Amino acid sequence: MVPINYYIILSAILFTLGVVGVLIRRNALIIFMSVELMLNAANLAMVAFSSVIQSFSGQIFVFFVIAVAAAEVAVGLALIVEIFKTKRSIDVDQMSSLKG
Amino acid sequence: MFLAEPTHSGFFFLAPWLVFAPVIGLLINLIFGKRFSETMIGTVASLASGAAFVISVLLAYSISVNHGELVRWQLAEWIHIGDLQLDWTFRVDSLSTTMMLIVSGVGTLIHIYAIGYMHEDVRFKHDVGRYRLFFIYLNLFIAMMMILVSGDSYLMLFVGWEGVGLCSFLLIGFWYEMDTLGRPSLANSNAAKKAFIVNRIGDFGFLIAAFIMFWAFGSFQFDQVFEAAQHAAPGTILAITLFMLVGVAGKSAQIPLYVWLPDAMAGPTPVSALIHAATMVTAGVYLITRSAELYTLAPQAQYIVALTGAVTALFAATIAVGQYDIKKVLAYSTISQLGFMVAAVGMGAFVAGMFHLITHAFFKALLFLSAGSVILGLERGHHHAEHAHRGKGKKGKHALSKVEGRKEERSHEAQEEVFDPNDMRNMGGLRKTMPVTFWLYIIGTLALAGVVPFAGFWSKDEILLDASLRYPIVYWLLSIAAFFTAFYMGRQIWMVFFGEPRHGAALHAQESPRVMTVPLMVLAFLSLVGGALNLPFEGFHNLGHWLEYTLHEVEALPLNYAVAGISTVLALLAIAASWYIYGRNPLRAGEIDPLKRRLGAIFTGAENKWFVDELYQAIIVTPFVKISQFVADVIDWRFWHDWFHETVIAGTYNWVSNIALNRYADQRGIDAFANGLAGVTQWLSATMRRIQNGFVRSYALSVLLGVVLIVGYLILK
Repeated sequence: MVPINYYIILSAILFTLGVVGVLIRRNALIIFMSVELMLNAANLAMVAFSSVIQSFSGQIFVFFVIAVAAAEVAVGLALIVEIFKTKRSIDVDQMSSLKG
Repeated sequence: MFLAEPTHSGFFFLAPWLVFAPVIGLLINLIFGKRFSETMIGTVASLASGAAFVISVLLAYSISVNHGELVRWQLAEWIHIGDLQLDWTFRVDSLSTTMMLIVSGVGTLIHIYAIGYMHEDVRFKHDVGRYRLFFIYLNLFIAMMMILVSGDSYLMLFVGWEGVGLCSFLLIGFWYEMDTLGRPSLANSNAAKKAFIVNRIGDFGFLIAAFIMFWAFGSFQFDQVFEAAQHAAPGTILAITLFMLVGVAGKSAQIPLYVWLPDAMAGPTPVSALIHAATMVTAGVYLITRSAELYTLAPQAQYIVALTGAVTALFAATIAVGQYDIKKVLAYSTISQLGFMVAAVGMGAFVAGMFHLITHAFFKALLFLSAGSVILGLERGHHHAEHAHRGKGKKGKHALSKVEGRKEERSHEAQEEVFDPNDMRNMGGLRKTMPVTFWLYIIGTLALAGVVPFAGFWSKDEILLDASLRYPIVYWLLSIAAFFTAFYMGRQIWMVFFGEPRHGAALHAQESPRVMTVPLMVLAFLSLVGGALNLPFEGFHNLGHWLEYTLHEVEALPLNYAVAGISTVLALLAIAASWYIYGRNPLRAGEIDPLKRRLGAIFTGAENKWFVDELYQAIIVTPFVKISQFVADVIDWRFWHDWFHETVIAGTYNWVSNIALNRYADQRGIDAFANGLAGVTQWLSATMRRIQNGFVRSYALSVLLGVVLIVGYLILK
């Protein structure tokens, strides 16, 4: 059986990748994918802990996260499409009209 | 028995309606009067006054069945402060009902007379709308007079006292925008102001008397005051009675405050008859009679009152001899007769004073109203003559256009000399044109002159008899005054009714209508038989017995033939003298007064009222005006306004507000704090806006940093 540590390390690596992706990329779609990566890193950690402590609550929580993530994608992609329609671009650095 | 019950049977519950009845009449005329005809207005007012008379009669009847027992009818609470308990209480006793009967009885007759008189007066003065106002004022006067005579305390009496003063003011100034001849002028309103101001001086005396009373006795209620006065220091009583005399001198026109009454003749004649002859001016006499118990405690005050009355009686009678205005003669005669009454009540002869008050109300109202009839007769004659004259002039110029004609008329009016219908020099021969008025006037004159058996003889004789027993000097002053009285009345009769007409108006004078002459006939009847109220024979002292209920000690004197004989001889002598001077060779138009030819300077003095008005002008009015001007100009304007207000107060305020408040507290304190707050906010926002750079990724970074910080804190704590 694979030790729990491996799962945690993988999950941390994936989460870090996601954070870095959000911070350094300017393409809104990529940022979106990075956010999904962070969600799935968390999912992985929860599933791993669920197996260790022999409880289903972690797995149920993961289902909720996936459902919410799917809803989020639906809303987020629609927003991106609309932004693209007006700005002809999805570069987040250009979406700065609310700056102080 | 029914009558002996302690609860007062009878009509005492009607007492407040003495005041309500005229007030209701007044309100009806005030609210609905605009739609009423003149007769209707007059009828309403006369009925209101008549109702008061009926109530007075019922009250008098109730007193007589209750054997003169005093009844107080409380209407409402008035002033309850500490120990002072004053109620709106009507005092019904034989003295107050006597006054009520006079006021409402003579008042009603004068109301009826005024229906006819004012009908013509408002037309001669070209303001028909004021007809209603006149009757409203008259009813108000009756109401106020009722409060005066029926009050149960000095304070309630004072309310009525001031109320009748107000009515007097309003009615003297009834034609306030003109003088007595109808020309635009301030004369009438000045006369009204004079009456009001001179009365204020008197009221001031009354008020001080009331204050001393309250200070010494703690009450204003008559019985409580009289009770406490029995144990009071003589000085207190003397002060009260003498200050009260000042009030009496103001209201009842005694020396030195009588000067307003002759000027008060500016009011319409019914007013002169009602207020300035028969009722209001007798309020002072009533006041002294009401305060009889105080005056009997202060013999010195009594002597001063008696002397004041006697001197006034003689002084005013001499002035009356030199007057040409028919109403002024009667005005001075009224002052003189009031002097008789004041002298009588001053001597303690309260019944004689009240008796003379009653008979005087009859015959002086009769004389004034007859004089009003004469004046209107002359006005009618004047208009008649004018019309005839103008008609003739027009016939020749009937080609003139309407406008030109009117212009012509106006210029004609301007050129024409102003006709004075009050001036006896414009009269003469009226016995032929106004026979009814003539006979009425004769009756009034004989009553006033004191000829047997007219009412004035009995009352005047009673006063003279009392005076001869107490103060000889008062007796002689009054006797001489009586001589002058008969003389000036004789002079008036000869000048007005005998001889030949001295003016076109007198030639064409017309008799007055029935509505005016019938009330006069009633008054003439009363002047004729009024003496029967109190004949100086055993068993005929009716008024004396009636007032005894209230005054307690009344002595009934039998007829003294010496006193009565002397006064009759004096009266007849005076009438003969007046015939010798004025009747034998009647005055012709443009002639100067025959007495003036004989007496010269003395007559001029009487004609000019012994220059009393000028004297008052010089020693009181002018200095007073100067002092007021000084106070207004220097003290008030320059000192208070210019210096104190402008410099001291405004300057200090400006300095404080400008330097202390504005520069330091406001600019450096409050402003600095508010500006500082704003500055900090601005600085903060300027700094913070840099964080809000619009780059999503930098926001994400700050979120990450925040999360790291929170997680780090949670792990490391």
